[in-house]
Amino acid sequence: MDRRNFLKTAAAISVALPNGKTKAENQNVEKEFYGVLVDTTRCIGCRSCEVACSLEHNLFVPDITKDNAFNSIRDTSEKQWTVVNCYDTAKGKVYVKKQCMHCWQPACSAACLTNAMFKTTDGPVIWRENKCMGCRYCMVSCPFDIPKFEYHEWNPKIQKCKMCYERIIDGKKPACVDACPMDALMFGSKRELLEIARYRVYSHPEKYEPKIYGEYEVGGTGWLYLSPVPFDQIGFRTDLGNTPYPEYTREFLYAVPLVLFGVPALLLGLNMLTERKNEIGKTEELNHE
Amino acid sequence: MNNSQSIQSEIKRFLKFFFQELKPQGKWLTPFNIITIPIIIVGLIILYFRFTEGLGSVTNLSQKYPWGFWIGFDVVTGVAFAGGAYIITFVVYVMRVEKYHSIVRVTVLNGLLAYIFYAGALVLDLGKPWNIINPIIGNSFGYNSVLFLVSWHFLLYMIAEFIEFSPVIAEWAKFEKLRKILNSLTLATVIFGITLSTLHQSGLGALFLMAKPKIHPLWYTEFIPILFLVSSIFAGLSMIIFEGTISHKVFKKLIDPKHHHSFNEIIFGLAKGAAISMFVYYFFKALIFVHGKHWDLLNDFWGGWFLLEVIGLVLIPCFMFAYSVRNKSLGIIRVASILSLIGIILNRLNISVITFNWNVVDKYIPSWQEIVVTLMVISCELWVFRWIVTRMPVFEKNKNY
Ligand code: SF4
Ligand code: SF4
Repeated sequence: MDRRNFLKTAAAISVALPNGKTKAENQNVEKEFYGVLVDTTRCIGCRSCEVACSLEHNLFVPDITKDNAFNSIRDTSEKQWTVVNCYDTAKGKVYVKKQCMHCWQPACSAACLTNAMFKTTDGPVIWRENKCMGCRYCMVSCPFDIPKFEYHEWNPKIQKCKMCYERIIDGKKPACVDACPMDALMFGSKRELLEIARYRVYSHPEKYEPKIYGEYEVGGTGWLYLSPVPFDQIGFRTDLGNTPYPEYTREFLYAVPLVLFGVPALLLGLNMLTERKNEIGKTEELNHE
Repeated sequence: MNNSQSIQSEIKRFLKFFFQELKPQGKWLTPFNIITIPIIIVGLIILYFRFTEGLGSVTNLSQKYPWGFWIGFDVVTGVAFAGGAYIITFVVYVMRVEKYHSIVRVTVLNGLLAYIFYAGALVLDLGKPWNIINPIIGNSFGYNSVLFLVSWHFLLYMIAEFIEFSPVIAEWAKFEKLRKILNSLTLATVIFGITLSTLHQSGLGALFLMAKPKIHPLWYTEFIPILFLVSSIFAGLSMIIFEGTISHKVFKKLIDPKHHHSFNEIIFGLAKGAAISMFVYYFFKALIFVHGKHWDLLNDFWGGWFLLEVIGLVLIPCFMFAYSVRNKSLGIIRVASILSLIGIILNRLNISVITFNWNVVDKYIPSWQEIVVTLMVISCELWVFRWIVTRMPVFEKNKNY
């Protein structure tokens, strides 16, 4: 048994003792996370999704006819949850929509000390205003730098895509998906989406990179991307690894109960030892009380 | 006289005493006041804007740099500097090394104030500070958040430090019975406090574990928590040396001459501890570096910056400490403690701010307002510190303690 497993087991024992069993295993009701498949070969850069998103959530609505947005690479902001960027590649212009990836094991929600960032059982990662204390640890932790903060408000919010959680609950698709005229966005469960994505790659190998971004990245994300060119050429980080980000702190957190019980015992032991030593050594009238 | 009456009269006496003590002693226009009063006033004005117009109105924080100087310096570095309290209480109460007993009170006081003010500075940085009760009262526990753990530990540790210090307060307020009770709690709170310290000193490092793709690979390692813990030892020891040297000049009158003498002996002991812990730390750093196969990264600016931190501000002061302990040279110890403090500042800032998003073009540079507010926090702490040490028996060695 290596150290990691040892720590896990030890922590599991120390946590699970009172109720006998770790309960997570039993209550795993199989419910699939929703996600969206973005096929960048279909996207024509019309930015209907940007407009639809901003209208849906009362955000800044870009003037897509005049603002020359493709002249630079834009980032999502506290005013816009999604943006489309244009990349010049060997296979021509590629348009890429950017928004929260709705990770399966999101760093942002593992970071959040109030559970304001929250992975719903339907898949969307949402932000809950009444819980958030504005510490911005979610921003530090998100590997895609997605949560944005309102620096110029006295009562600031964290702003990020929530995959139109309310619409999904109502049985509708996210606003951007509905708005897309090219079917570049497809809404569904991750299993379905992966099947479709694989089918497209297999049947048109000349058109697609043989990779689905988000299948494994950071432990898998809710949003998946297909691309005609390697992903680092269209603004994706390919160095994030496949480990779910919460894993990086898990070992530390598992060690906490051990320290909490182990160290006091150790200190008390040391204290008693030194007492003995002092007594044996010299009978000085050191008054400790 | 029954019990409740006696308590009432005690409280009355205390309040009268307290208000009397609140009055300033001595001259007003000392250089210290002339410098700090304007800083505090300007700081308060800045804070007014910060709370009415948002963080962006006074800080240079951005979407790429969500944490800046207030977190990186005030909280992350400040808490490392406050590490002295858990080290000294460990040495004195757990290991029972009597030599250091005379500095326990002042070190604990420093630790307590550092936590109140520097960890308290965290509140200034929160976007919605009123929601800080959420993780405390428990309607929203983010159990798997490192920050949750760290903030809880801050809170509990402040309480523990307060209890450790409280006999001094009781002695000052002449609550004899209470002092005895509080005194008897010391060992338990010390043990509790040390445990919490090991966890949140390392926890501050663990905060950055998920920022893996953002921190420069020379600084990011999965062992950040251990490095933070080990470096908090010499950060705390260096701080005691640095601060003690200043206190012994400024508060000369309050310290009895016998203690003055033994203080030099104490400094040599502390320097020895610092040298050893720095060497261990350096050894870890080197091991991690070699293991990570990062040799090629040493060739650019960041490589030089890294070497400056690890060699210039860890290894060199480490040797200086070791050398001066052998040669009994107080002067070199003082220089070494300053160097190692700078090294700690650099290390904490490197991880939390400077190499964070190191490849981003618009780097974050703290605004003058952020720096003034930090100075304000430090000034306030020094005011409270001065107020306490000039009134309570912090420096005198007390046999019953
Ligand atoms: S992309 Fe970032 S904000 Fe979105 S779920 Fe993942 S970690 Fe959270
Ligand atoms: S800023 Fe809000 S949502 Fe983000 S980690 Fe802090 S409390 Fe959670």
